[in-house]
Amino acid sequence: MKKINYNKFPDKQGRFDKYGGMYVSETLIHPLKELEQAYFKTAKSSNFKKLYNKELLHYVGRPTPIYYASSISKLLGSCKIYLKREDLNHTGAHKINNALGQALLAKKMGKTRIIAETGAGQHGVAAATACARFNLKCVVYMGAEDIKRQSVNVYRMKLLGANVIPVNSGSKTLKDALNEALRDWVTNVDNTHYIIGSVAGPHPYPMIVRDFQSVIGIESKKQMKATYKKLPDILIACVGGGSNAIGLFYPFLHDKVEIIGVEAGGFGISTGKHAAPLNDGKPGVLHGNRTYIMENTDGQISETHSISAGLDYPGVGPEHSWLKDSKRVKYVSVTDKEAVDAFQILTEREGIIPALESAHALAYAFKLAKKRKNKSILVNLSGRGDKDIDTISSLKQIKI
Amino acid sequence: MTRITDTFLANKKMGTTTFITYTVCGDPNMKSSLNILDALVESGVDIIELGVPFSDPIADGPVIQRAVERTLKNKVSLYKTLNLVRLFRKKNKDTPIVLMGYMNPIEKMGYRRFSTMANQAGIDGVLVVDLPPEESEKLTNSLKKNNIDQIFLASPTTDDLRLKKIVRQSSGYVYYVSLKGITGSKISNIKMVKNMVGKIKKFSNLDIPVAVGFGIKNAESAKRISTFSDGIIIGSSIVELIEKHHNTSTIMIKKIKSFTNRIRRVLNKK
Repeated sequence: MKKINYNKFPDKQGRFDKYGGMYVSETLIHPLKELEQAYFKTAKSSNFKKLYNKELLHYVGRPTPIYYASSISKLLGSCKIYLKREDLNHTGAHKINNALGQALLAKKMGKTRIIAETGAGQHGVAAATACARFNLKCVVYMGAEDIKRQSVNVYRMKLLGANVIPVNSGSKTLKDALNEALRDWVTNVDNTHYIIGSVAGPHPYPMIVRDFQSVIGIESKKQMKATYKKLPDILIACVGGGSNAIGLFYPFLHDKVEIIGVEAGGFGISTGKHAAPLNDGKPGVLHGNRTYIMENTDGQISETHSISAGLDYPGVGPEHSWLKDSKRVKYVSVTDKEAVDAFQILTEREGIIPALESAHALAYAFKLAKKRKNKSILVNLSGRGDKDIDTISSLKQIKI
Repeated sequence: MTRITDTFLANKKMGTTTFITYTVCGDPNMKSSLNILDALVESGVDIIELGVPFSDPIADGPVIQRAVERTLKNKVSLYKTLNLVRLFRKKNKDTPIVLMGYMNPIEKMGYRRFSTMANQAGIDGVLVVDLPPEESEKLTNSLKKNNIDQIFLASPTTDDLRLKKIVRQSSGYVYYVSLKGITGSKISNIKMVKNMVGKIKKFSNLDIPVAVGFGIKNAESAKRISTFSDGIIIGSSIVELIEKHHNTSTIMIKKIKSFTNRIRRVLNKK
């Protein structure tokens, strides 16, 4: 196989081989180029990095630990399961890494207003938090369906001073929130920065979000080397848009490490009711980039299903599409049920309540640990599960 | 020469502005949609932009979003859109038709297949909203082979360098988006629009026509824009009439006709 230098992507046109790019209407080209320039000029400067790292250290609470889940590991066999504890970040998930970075960048660009889309509400909360921290006006678009599913996060955002706008178009979920945020941005480009929460969207977003999230993988590498004297054999992370996954994977792409992304299998891939475009989709164009998507025979974007609102998205970051095609990363899926089981096992055995998103990665890790011998498996525990308590309790028909 | 170029030339000769409308294919249903196209032509519309429904129309405002949702409920597709044009062409060989939509349905059909089918259906031009010139090479080649004009958007945020590129790559006309925003908003700065239209004309060796859209809502704004633009495009206002009167198709057609007639009259009187 030809050796690929993964650090050279995206190319100048924002492409990861045939994926990515800038599929947007003309009005957005200018702000996207402006953002790209500001990013290369400002965010790559040592001054900016110093500021950002200080925020990560004192405000976010980084570095997050790597925890050896000994009890579960023993239960499953001879593999060792390690958890990168992104759930211990301020606001409870990896989303803050990116939101803070972009808010800081927006501030440097002289923007006074931030918009964001959110599905589960984790990115919305992170964006609202960053805006409170840097005194920026914040508007969060959220699908009306998701607002119903995630009422606690909606209230958190409001407490943080954000204006949460329900989106009633289309399927009333994350993809429609993204549409609406793009419409807002087109209208208010002069004073507004759009903080996309995942590695999706048009260039330069997949690159910017990846870079801000890479802190996960960079830390993990250092920590594994320092504590266990070697890199893990296997990395596992859940993939919706794929920001926590790319954050963990990217710094390891040139290492001898097996990498696995886990998509939301919903009711099962064969039912069609899932959110697993890399497993059961085709390349197409959605939200400004070319990537694997879920669509019908007419090219209309399909409605997806996942128990986890954060994975309930018909597209995926373009870099993941490329990593799939180049076979560097393997993409699998687990069902709602498997994820809920993993949620329960981690909670009971380790005393850690994972986000339902992260529970997808755990479910696959547990399966793998039973099959393999003596491997070390690092799972990105991308967020904590407090936000999912309602979903779980209603599933078990328990009233809180 | 294409039908689109001919239309602009003929109007220029007569001293009037080319009148372009946008409606969504299959709104409120396929049969009425065809009747609407006929009615538009009868009341003086020169070029028809026909919207291809797409589930995620990121450049469109609420009026057109709702229209698209109505049509998607009836499973209107790119195939069905091509079919409607075929039916329209049985009676009308003169009025240019431009398909306006988003990338993914075309992507799904395949560029070559789409281009040949569009040509066979009698389509004159294609405008893909989320396809800037940088990403368009393959589709452009395929459309060219089938003698279909490709219209690109220019916007208030387009700088001179890009504007030159857009003008060079466009055929038929250049669609100038008159405002920073989505369809159905209101133009606030006519002077800037005039300035940009002037620039586009200056940058074009072949004197490509410029049509202004997004934000023209009524006879008054149509008239003001027509004093410096080769064409004006009205979409949301007509789609709004369709939405309001879709239950009674005779009234709907009547309302559309009287609205477009009024626009035609002010354009002729300029």
